Amino acid sequence: MSVKFSVNGKTVEVEVEPRLTLADCLRHHLRLTGTHVGCEHGVCGACTVLVDDAAVRSCLMLAVQAEGAKVVTVEGLSLDEGLTPLQASFRKHHALQCGFCTPGMITTAHALLTAEPDCDADRVREVLSGNLCRCTGYISIVEAVLDARAAYKHDGKRP
Amino acid sequence: MRRANALVGQPIERLEDLRFVRGRGQYVDDLARNGMLHAVILRSSVGHGRFREIDVSRAKRMTGVRAVVTAADLGASIPVVPMRLQPMPEFAPFAQPVMARDKVRYVGEALAMVLADTAAIAEDAIGAIEVDIEPLPAVSNWQGALNNGALLFEDEGTNVSMKFRAVLGDAEAAFKNAPYKRRERFSTQRHTALPMEPRGVLAEWDSAQGRLTVSGAAKVLFANRRILAKQMGLSEDAIYMVEYDVGGSFGARGEFYPEDFLIPFAARHCGRPVKWTEDRREHLMTMNHARESACDVEIACDRDGTVRGLRGHAFVDMGAYMRTNGAVGARNIAQFMSGPYRVPNIDIDVLLLLTNKTPVGTYRGPGRFETDFFRERLFDMAARDLGIDQVEFRRRNLVREADMPYTLASIAPFESKDELDSGDYQVTLDRCLAEIGWAEKRTKLREANKKPADGRYHGLAVSCFIEGGAAGPKESARLVLETDGTLTVYVGSSGVGQGLETAFTQIAADAMEMPMERINKVFHGSTAYVSDGYGSYHSRSIVMGGSAILDAATKLRQVMCAEAARRLNCGAAEVVLADGRATSPDGKSVAWSELAPEPISVEGAFLNHKHTWAYGAHAAHVSVDPKTGHVSLLDYVAVENCGRMINPLTLKGQLVGAVAQGLGGTFMEHLVYDEHGQLLTGSLADYLVPTASDFPKIRGFVMESHPSPLNPLGAKGAGEGGIISVGGVISNAIADALSSFGVEPRDLPLTPSAVWQLVQDARKHSDGT
Repeated sequence: MSVKFSVNGKTVEVEVEPRLTLADCLRHHLRLTGTHVGCEHGVCGACTVLVDDAAVRSCLMLAVQAEGAKVVTVEGLSLDEGLTPLQASFRKHHALQCGFCTPGMITTAHALLTAEPDCDADRVREVLSGNLCRCTGYISIVEAVLDARAAYKHDGKRP
Repeated sequence: MRRANALVGQPIERLEDLRFVRGRGQYVDDLARNGMLHAVILRSSVGHGRFREIDVSRAKRMTGVRAVVTAADLGASIPVVPMRLQPMPEFAPFAQPVMARDKVRYVGEALAMVLADTAAIAEDAIGAIEVDIEPLPAVSNWQGALNNGALLFEDEGTNVSMKFRAVLGDAEAAFKNAPYKRRERFSTQRHTALPMEPRGVLAEWDSAQGRLTVSGAAKVLFANRRILAKQMGLSEDAIYMVEYDVGGSFGARGEFYPEDFLIPFAARHCGRPVKWTEDRREHLMTMNHARESACDVEIACDRDGTVRGLRGHAFVDMGAYMRTNGAVGARNIAQFMSGPYRVPNIDIDVLLLLTNKTPVGTYRGPGRFETDFFRERLFDMAARDLGIDQVEFRRRNLVREADMPYTLASIAPFESKDELDSGDYQVTLDRCLAEIGWAEKRTKLREANKKPADGRYHGLAVSCFIEGGAAGPKESARLVLETDGTLTVYVGSSGVGQGLETAFTQIAADAMEMPMERINKVFHGSTAYVSDGYGSYHSRSIVMGGSAILDAATKLRQVMCAEAARRLNCGAAEVVLADGRATSPDGKSVAWSELAPEPISVEGAFLNHKHTWAYGAHAAHVSVDPKTGHVSLLDYVAVENCGRMINPLTLKGQLVGAVAQGLGGTFMEHLVYDEHGQLLTGSLADYLVPTASDFPKIRGFVMESHPSPLNPLGAKGAGEGGIISVGGVISNAIADALSSFGVEPRDLPLTPSAVWQLVQDARKHSDGT
C-alpha cells in the first residue's frame, strides 16, 4: 500500500505492507533512526513520536494509519547546530546515560511542555511514567524537564 | 600556565549527550547494508525435553526465505559458549551449545534460524517450522535440582555444577560457646538487568579476504573475538569486532551469547550481511538472568554486638547452562557475606545448581546485592535481640582505617586472596546518617508509630557496603598527537552508556595539560584500535583504561620532549610542554603541531592484580500500610566514596541510577516460572521495572578521600555501589516500620501482596493460631 504523510515538515510517500508499524517505517524505510524500538508492545515509550502534536507510541501504530498526518520525530525537534533548551537541559542535568530512551523522553516532554508549560513535578512524573529508563532512576530527567519549562512559556511552540 | 588537574574532578557535561539528545546516536539496529538478510530464531517453548524432530521444509519454500539453519548444519560437533571468567574444567560439561540438538533445557533455547529478505518474512517462516519435542520432567527450582531426580545432564549424574567455599579464621571454634547465635533463611528472586536496547548483531563476511566484521559487539570485544575465532576456525586478526552506541549493559549486554556465533555463521553460510535484533520477549527469555539465590546462615556475636563469625550455606539457581561469567554471582555471595565488616571467622559454602531456566550471568553488583540483603537483615535481627542500636551495631563492626589493608575470606577452589585497600568507612556512614536526618527522625518516627495518623507506619534503616572494582590483568590505551597539535585517544575499554568518552577526555586532557577542545575524540570499542583490550566489567574502565591513558601520556610526553629538544638545542628533561607549545629554558619554543611531520602514536598500558574498594552507606525512610502492604519510599540516601572522582556528575548519575535498579529488584522485578520451567513473565506488562512515578526521592552523595594506593589516578571503580545495599536497607526499614507486628522480611521481592502476607502471618503467629 502507498501511504502519504508529513515527517518533520517534509511530505513523504512510502510503499508499505499494511502490517508495517510506523516505528519500523520511520526507522527502516525513511532511515530516521533516532526513534528507537525497545519493546514493540507499547510499554517502554522509546519509540514515542508526535502525530498531529500528540505523543504517540509509533510501535503501536501502523504506518498506513499515518495517512495525511503530521509526524514529528526527535530529528524534527533538533537544530542543525547546537541544542534546543530542552536538549541542553537534559545534558545539564545528566538526564541520560546510554541514550536509548532519550528520544522518547524528549518527544514526550516536548508534547507535555508545549501543552502545559506550567506543569509541576508530579505532572511531569505522571506523564513520563509511560517511558522507561533503566540508567538514570528518572530523578535527573524530571529535573531537566522542569528546568526547561521557561523555554516553552513564551511562544509555546519552538523547543 | 600548567593545567594539571583542571578537569579531573569537575562535573563536566557529557560529550556523548550531543548526539544522544538529538537522536544521532548509532545503535546496532540502526545499521543497514546492501543485500542484508534478516535472521529470526526459533526458540524452544518447552523447558526440558528430548528434541526428536524438526521439519523446516515448508519454511524453506517460502518466498523471500534464503536459508534455514538447524543444528544439523553446524557440523559434527556443535560449538559451545566457553566460560570467560573462572573457566574451571569442572564447568566444561555444562557449557551451552549454540543451538540445541539432542535436548532442550530451557524455554528460549535456539532450535533453528531463518534467514530472509525481511524480518517479517523470517517471522512468518518461523511459524511454518514443525518441531517435535518429548517433554521431560523439569527442574524448576534449586530445591528440585537437589531432590527431584530429574537431571539436565544425564552423563554428569548431578545438577550441581560446583561448590565454592569462603573461609577465614576458625568458624567452628568461634561458634562454640558463643554468647549469642542466630540462624536464619533468606532468599532473593530471579530478575535481570534489562537494558533498554535489545541485543543485536550485524555480521558481514568477506569471502575474498576471508574476513569477518561483527557489529553490535559490546563490553568485552577482545575476549569475544577469541571465542568466535575458535568457534569459526578463523584467526583472531581475521575478525573485526565493532561496538556502536550501546543502550546499557549492567553486566549482561556484551557477554558472548549463542547468537554471537549464529549470526556470523549465517553471514558466512549465506555469503551476505546478516542482521538480527531480538524482541523484548526473546530478551526476557534469553539474556542472562541473575540473583536467584537462598541461604541458611548463622551469626555468632559477643553480648556487646561484636561479630565473632558467620557460617552457613547458600544455594544459587544457575539456570540450564554455565555461561561466560555465570559463576561470578555465586562466588561473590560467598566472599562478600562479610561486606565492609570485621568478621574474623567465616565458613560459607555455596552450591551452584542447574535448573530448566535461562542461564544466569552477572548483573550490576553480582552476588553483592543478594549477600548484602542476607547480612544486613541478619545484622538488624541480631542488633534487636541484643538490645543494641542498629547504627551502633554497624559502627562497632566496620573495618577500621587502621585495619587496612584488610584481608577478606579466601575462596576455594580458587584460593584467591583479596584485601580491602583503603578508606574510613565511619565517615560515609556518618554522612549518610546526617543527610537522612537520622538523629531527629529516629525518635520522632518511633513516637509517631504508636499512633499512626493515616494508618501508615514509618520505618528507618541504614546499611554499609563495599564495591569491588578494577579487575585486572591489563588495559591498553593509545594516544596520537596529530600533525595539527590535537590529540586522539584510543582505548581497549568499552562504552556501554556510562560516559566513558567524557571521563577519558578529562583524564587525557589533564595528563597532557591541554584543553578538552583540543582532543578530537576518544575511540573505543573496536579490536582495531589497540593491540589488546579487556573491556568494561567489574567497574574497571576508569581505573584500568584511565591509568593506561596516563601511562601513554607519560610516554607521549617523553617522545615530544625528545623531539622538541632536538629542535630547541636543549636537554629533553628541560623542555616544558604547555598550552600547545614545547619551550626550552632559554624561552625558545616550538608548537606541538610542528614537532613531527607524521602523527606521533604511543601505546600505554596498566597492569593490576589487586582490586580497588569503593565504599559507602545507604539509608531509607519508608511508610507502610499494613492493611494493603503498600510501601512508600519517602526518602533514600546513598553515599559513596570512590577515592578520587573523575566526574562527579556522571558518578552521581551512576549512584542514583543504580539505586533505582535496586529498588526494582527489591519491590517488583521477578522472572516467574511454573513447575514445567515455563516463563510466565515474558513481556514488560508482566515483568515490572520502576517508572518515573514510583520513587521520586532518591538522593546520591559522592565523596572523595583515601585515594586508592593501587593506581596512579587514585581512583576506585564505581557504578555498582548504588545497587548493592538496596534490598537490605529497604527490607530492614519495612521490618522497622512493622516491628510492632513482628514482621521480618526474609524473601524478595517485597511486593504489596508479599508485605500484606507478612503482616497476616505475623498476626496469626502472635494470636497463637
